[in-house]
Amino acid sequence: MSDQPHSESHDNVAHHVRRYLLVFVALICGTILTVWASYIRFPTREINIAVALVIASCKAFLVAGFFMHLVSEKKMIYGILGFTAFFFIGLMGLTIWSMGDFPLFTITH
Amino acid sequence: MEIPYTTEIRKDTGLYNAKVGIWLFLASEVMLFGALFSAYILLRVGAPDGYWPHGWLTVWLGTLNTLVLITSSITTVMAWASLKMKNFGSFKFYHAVTLCCAVMFLCIKSYEWRDEFIHNEVTLKEGAFKEGTIADGHLIKQTADTITLEGRIVKDRKDLFNLSTPFFGHPKQEEIEIKRSDIVKMSNYGPAHHDYNALYFTLTGLHALHVIGGACVIFYLWAFGRKMWETDPERFTNRVEVSGLFWHFVDLVWIFLFPVLYLL
Repeated sequence: MSDQPHSESHDNVAHHVRRYLLVFVALICGTILTVWASYIRFPTREINIAVALVIASCKAFLVAGFFMHLVSEKKMIYGILGFTAFFFIGLMGLTIWSMGDFPLFTITH
Repeated sequence: MEIPYTTEIRKDTGLYNAKVGIWLFLASEVMLFGALFSAYILLRVGAPDGYWPHGWLTVWLGTLNTLVLITSSITTVMAWASLKMKNFGSFKFYHAVTLCCAVMFLCIKSYEWRDEFIHNEVTLKEGAFKEGTIADGHLIKQTADTITLEGRIVKDRKDLFNLSTPFFGHPKQEEIEIKRSDIVKMSNYGPAHHDYNALYFTLTGLHALHVIGGACVIFYLWAFGRKMWETDPERFTNRVEVSGLFWHFVDLVWIFLFPVLYLL
């Protein structure tokens, strides 16, 4: 929405308000779904973790995409976020990579 | 001195300057929380089998806090939309609700932190209680000679880690009176208790600082914004948008903190 002119029409903003309300309802439903799914006994706990993170990612997309207007932003913002994503993935990748890499004589459980 | 590009769009970025600034700041925030999340992953994966806590927090309180933050997010975006529709009264109303949500979130969080600090794990002398050697529960009374916990006694410390906590928490547990002379070690569920607690307090503490910071900015705009709104409405609207972006980021972080700390 930020790429729209500052003299945005009243009707146009009103249209976006309806979208915000839909996103709000979706976020509430997502929260309920997250809690409900956490009480389901999947075959492994890893599935529980994956389900919870997928729902959280969907909710995060709704907040970032619509409340933060990322679905219609300028290239400059996407560029900043692209760099952020690159370094964030690198950080997580290094963390996962280091998991089995213990110094000599480390006592592991 | 006139600050350039507070409202007009820069040709090279296509944005006003504050917006580029807040996104760069949020990018650094992603890395800050990312580092803490990576610490969480590392410690959790490295924990011995059965010794990573499940069900230590009250799920309904976390759920309520999630709903409070989601509500504050919609009121923040509605406050901005109100200004776009030239309705300052509506802006005041929506941001008043945002501020109430921020205060409510912090009150609930404080209650939860207090709960951790009065929750104690007590290692008992062999033979002091036939049920076991570890007492766990909330400290409800203490005298010079005894302490009273509302909780339970277990044989194996592992029994304290995997709790199947119902949504509304455990029903009231029995009161256990323990002589101080029978206590070998006693520690509350503060940051030093376990890696999980250290991460819990660090992550939620840092997040709460962000809530306080964001609420202060929103309060300033809410309480003292009229003058700028009357003289330079577009600039004021941009300020509200930028503060809103920060607030949504705070909500976004909580969306991941909630399942990671409360449910998994």
